[in-house]
Amino acid sequence: MSLTNDIIKQNLTNKFGEQLTEWEEQFGFLTVKVPAEMNLKVMQFLYEDEGLRFRFLTDITGVHYPDRKNEELCVVYHLHNMIDNVRVRLKVYVPSSKPDVFTATKLFAGANWMERETYDFFGFNFIGHPNLTRILNVDEMDYFPMRKEFTLEDATRTDKDDEMFGRGGTTATPVRE
Amino acid sequence: MSEHHIKLAEESIQKQTTTLNLGPTHPATHGVFQNIMEIDGERVLETTPTIGYIHRAFEKIAERRSYYQVTPLTDRLNYCSAPINNTGWHLTVEKLLGLKMPKRVDYLRVIIMELSRIADHLVCNSVIAVDTGALTTFTYVFQFRELIYEIFEEICGSRLTTNIGRVGGFERNFTEAAWSKLDKFLKTFPKTMKEFENLLNRNRIFMDRCIGAGPLGAEMALNYGVTGPNLRAAGIDYDVRVSDPYCSYEDFDFKIPVGTTGDVYDRYLVRNEEIWQSLSIIHQAMEKLKHLDPSVYHADVPDFYLPEKKDVYTKMEALIYHFKIVMGEVNILPGEVYNCVEGANGELGYYLISDGGRTPYRLHFRRPCFVYYQVYPEIVKNGLLSDAVVTLSSLNLIAGELDA
Amino acid sequence: MPRPVQYNTNIKLVEIPEGYSGEGFYATSFDKVVGLARKNSLWPLPFATSCCGIEFMATMGANYDLARFGSERMGFTPRQCDMLLVAGTISKKMGPVLRQVYLQMAEPRWVIAIGACASSGGIFDSYSVLQGIDQVIPVDVYVPGCPPRPEGILDGVLKLQDIVQNESLRRRKSDQYKALMSSYGIE
Repeated sequence: MSLTNDIIKQNLTNKFGEQLTEWEEQFGFLTVKVPAEMNLKVMQFLYEDEGLRFRFLTDITGVHYPDRKNEELCVVYHLHNMIDNVRVRLKVYVPSSKPDVFTATKLFAGANWMERETYDFFGFNFIGHPNLTRILNVDEMDYFPMRKEFTLEDATRTDKDDEMFGRGGTTATPVRE
Repeated sequence: MSEHHIKLAEESIQKQTTTLNLGPTHPATHGVFQNIMEIDGERVLETTPTIGYIHRAFEKIAERRSYYQVTPLTDRLNYCSAPINNTGWHLTVEKLLGLKMPKRVDYLRVIIMELSRIADHLVCNSVIAVDTGALTTFTYVFQFRELIYEIFEEICGSRLTTNIGRVGGFERNFTEAAWSKLDKFLKTFPKTMKEFENLLNRNRIFMDRCIGAGPLGAEMALNYGVTGPNLRAAGIDYDVRVSDPYCSYEDFDFKIPVGTTGDVYDRYLVRNEEIWQSLSIIHQAMEKLKHLDPSVYHADVPDFYLPEKKDVYTKMEALIYHFKIVMGEVNILPGEVYNCVEGANGELGYYLISDGGRTPYRLHFRRPCFVYYQVYPEIVKNGLLSDAVVTLSSLNLIAGELDA
Repeated sequence: MPRPVQYNTNIKLVEIPEGYSGEGFYATSFDKVVGLARKNSLWPLPFATSCCGIEFMATMGANYDLARFGSERMGFTPRQCDMLLVAGTISKKMGPVLRQVYLQMAEPRWVIAIGACASSGGIFDSYSVLQGIDQVIPVDVYVPGCPPRPEGILDGVLKLQDIVQNESLRRRKSDQYKALMSSYGIE
């Protein structure tokens, strides 16, 4: 019998009850919101349960929703069960004032750099990560560039006249709005 | 800007072991990879990779570009096989919009993608040969990459960063010249490929350098999220083309080569075999195309597919659609979609969140080599320094994709 | 029996610079001879970071063959090379590295910026990309394109050869050149 989204949902609800919310199935991709303190427990259950076997971490990334009060930042995990070829997406929302999430590096070695990248872009604090430092940007950078409040362009550059690029004004806009 | 890029450990001069800085502009790294190695004689004890030397902020730029403007960005991720990236992005948007492509578009895309897979594997395998001392093979097979470039050029006007196709199909049909160039390539390439294999596969020096270098076991590979030929060389038959077929890959008959030990030699052989399988897929696709209407090259979706330029100048309706698409007035529904294709070096995923606006709310690329490069320190540990160099090139790391 | 010898008659030689020649001597200005020699034996240092690097590989390959123009030997150590080819995006993290490579090259040294990114930042007008390498090092020739075709890169090299040939021997000692260098903070 193949593993369907309904079975996964049933198993997860049996185990964690009402704590998992916002179930979605867009384009057949099961998505669920997990409370921040439980992300590791849910992933471990998905990993170890003999019926579920989600043992491949496809991706970790972050999303910034400035309009969601007290849950501005979101970590998105994509897990893959290669045996039954099913994928599941977990979402963990945290406030940007205290972006603490437990690290998944103990479960998946590959989470190491993905979490570093997510930290680099959004500033999540992955508790227990062996080496949570910037990975793509320069070490001296003092902000998290993928958050929505920061502009794409570098504020210090003077060589490009913004007027020519349809952005108005003759000087670059400041980084922090 | 400070002199922050050399990060030697403190008092490293006093130690019994040596700290060696390899990169970021070392000739043996074929890209901007920096590895600080702790070596004991010739043996590598510890490796610390530093990446980000060409971080270009793709994901941030993508949030400021409308959907069709993201395609040129995807070119520059894995620039050795840009058409796969382009098509992967088009497929993602088509999935979000719920568009269904005609069979002929699918098959044309398959031809394009398999050609670029061949081109990518050729670079990687010939670079392994360069690192083992065989420069000739590199200059030899690069001539055939030029033939592939010429085909791309005939189809879309560009060689390397192709920006090929559109959401909804191709911008124009394949020309006669493109087909004849494809024929020429298919006729001449297998002979060269055989020669290439004859030169290397059983070459004593090549084998001695590659066998046993940088072994990657199946369990470690899965734990580190390795995908693509590197995972298959470790013995796992995971291929997105089969597990989640896209572009009608289910219509094709091809094999997934797997290795056993996951060392450099296995990775090399897997790629070679994939080149043969890709050739077979192209032949099958051309056979299938014979039975289809040769005038179809895009789906009938005027809301999303840019109309022909001459129609824009002469027809009111085409002008309106053109204006709407270019100005981003298209009705794109909010939603979240993850779509993946089998890139030349692994599972290339696009995680797209749309809020209904003209630009993606968030676009994340699951770049295969970013994920699997972290396994590198593990597999070169306790090996020789010269093995570490060959291992680096055998992983098929593309700097643009690695650093996004 | 002597074997038949076939000479390759299809060789193009460079023209002798203007000068006076008589029996057993030839006199011309030192500038011209040095320029001629430098022009035809430029040692390239490929600083290839991304897409343009692949096109540069094609330029070195058999079809386009950069070696025809006297740039046979790729040097990968800056100390031996005199033509720095920057192919690809240079990020802010890479900027200091590029600068250091340039500083390690011996005078006289020339720089070609290959592609839109190296010339101006290209399509990457973002917080992490240097908007053109001429912010950190002086550039002699810019090659446009994203990426430029191999013909474009060859054209850039030929343009640089013209610059090299006509460069005065005193240029690197001139006040103007020193002012240029000090504007980049190079002494």
